[in-house]
Amino acid sequence: MNSTTVIVGASLAGINAARTLRLQGHTGSIIVVDADSERPYDRPPLSKQMLTGEWEPEKILLPAGKEDLDLEFRLGVRAKAVDLGARQITLEGADGTVANTAFDSLVIASGASARRLPDSAGIAGVHVVRTLADSLALRAELEAGPSRVVVIGAGFIGAEVASSCRKRGIEVTLVEAMPLPLERILGAEMGRVCAQVHIENGVDLRLGTGVLQLETETVDGVEKVVGVALTDGTTVAAEIVVVGIGVTLNVDWLEGSGFTLDDGVVCDNTLLAAPGVVAAGDIARYPSARFGRMLRVEHWETAIAGGEAAARRLLAEASGETPVVFDPIPWFWSDQYDRKIQLAGRPMPTDTCVVVHGSTDEFRFVALYGDGDRLTGVLGMNRPRHVVQLRALFEEGASFSEACERAATL
Amino acid sequence: MRIVVDFDLCESNAVCMGIAPEIFEVRDDDFLYVLDENPPESMRAKMEESVQRCPKQAISIAED
Ligand SMILES: Cc1cc2nc3c(=O)[nH]c(=O)nc-3n(C[C@H](O)[C@H](O)[C@H](O)COP(=O)(O)OP(=O)(O)OC[C@H]3O[C@@H](n4cnc5c(N)ncnc54)[C@H](O)[C@@H]3O)c2cc1C
Ligand code: SF4
Repeated sequence: MNSTTVIVGASLAGINAARTLRLQGHTGSIIVVDADSERPYDRPPLSKQMLTGEWEPEKILLPAGKEDLDLEFRLGVRAKAVDLGARQITLEGADGTVANTAFDSLVIASGASARRLPDSAGIAGVHVVRTLADSLALRAELEAGPSRVVVIGAGFIGAEVASSCRKRGIEVTLVEAMPLPLERILGAEMGRVCAQVHIENGVDLRLGTGVLQLETETVDGVEKVVGVALTDGTTVAAEIVVVGIGVTLNVDWLEGSGFTLDDGVVCDNTLLAAPGVVAAGDIARYPSARFGRMLRVEHWETAIAGGEAAARRLLAEASGETPVVFDPIPWFWSDQYDRKIQLAGRPMPTDTCVVVHGSTDEFRFVALYGDGDRLTGVLGMNRPRHVVQLRALFEEGASFSEACERAATL
Repeated sequence: MRIVVDFDLCESNAVCMGIAPEIFEVRDDDFLYVLDENPPESMRAKMEESVQRCPKQAISIAED
């Protein structure tokens, strides 16, 4: 392949697409564009080791970003629009200059941004955690030793921020609108276990409660958060508020250019979104035969695998080879306090959930999810070996009952 | 090819074991054991995959 490829997004999916293209014989120019001006870095530590202060930014640089792959990085540059017919992309530099760049193929890897609370822009002390700058800004305020942090949203990122604050000895109130944390992902039974983990670690957990408004004070012209009023009528005083209420996908630059945008960039089962255009990572929605529905997966490993698969898709298109179907087994981990939660598969919250190993009371167990006799998920808490071994059962096509039998032998 | 694991970084999440159980094993004590530090050349692709997929960047390949 000796043509020009533009990759939008120099994060996990984009950089792995670039690396695969180059190593698999793309000899033309590979232009990697990112609105963030930092060198490509890894996000999971942003809510973990970066917040606790264990790691410095240097340590989270992505290895592929440091390799000599002859990539043309355009950092601090934002994609504004794409014209599929003319095969050119409009880029805006940090200084506001706008220019068009021609491409033969395009990789869409612009991922997601953190959702913010409405009307919270410009209020000091209110944070999200998605970028390195976000993480460093929050960390600087945590270092000042606040008396309390309110975390809004007990999803994975909110839970990890709460955990990192507790590791620093800071009091935490964790507010979740749903009756249980992670219920929509892990179901009620495991949601209860996750709630208990927070409580055991000294978090003031407020479930089934929404945010009414942020309470602020203006000192010397600076509006600063001082507390959060909740829908249950209480107000929690806090110097810092961290909002972890999910993401919005970075699809604005693709609107009106002929792509199917439906909670992500809709691709076929090889990640192709249009001729010569592929998508990967958090932004890509693809049909999964394995799980019998369209999936969009916001996991670290899927972003790497997707970046590689998207690159191979372009190479196959160029060489005329048969493209490979993308349908990996999603796998995710989350570190909360001294617990490591891992989930393989993609259960529905209503699926049957059976603890097959260890006990939830000890927070060290494996649970399997099934829809009828179809295995849909393997959840582990501090049981990484078991999760990895049971994950292989998806490949083998094992049924739920077979998986339960196999788990008993581990 | 020699496999080097930085055990200060490794968090025993067993991703590498999922890719190459012949080489990497996380045991019941929750520690990672490298079963063969000098895997045969035929395992190179799997070793490189393990390097890329280790979330802690704890694995490297030394050529000696
Ligand atoms: C704090 C945090 C902790 C996490 N922890 C875990 C974990 O423990 N386990 C796990 O499995 N996953 C975790 N994840 C999820 C994982 O990091 C993501 O799935 C992964 O980063 C997705 O990669 P991506 O390349 O698709 O998108 P992103 O990482 O979102 O990258 C998209 C890139 O595109 C750029 N961009 C966006 N729009 C434009 C534009 N118009 N022009 C130019 N550039 C643009 C952005 O600046 C960004 O760099 C975590 C995520 C976060 C934020
Ligand atoms: S993948 Fe990395 S962190 Fe996980 S067990 Fe292997 S070496 Fe350790």
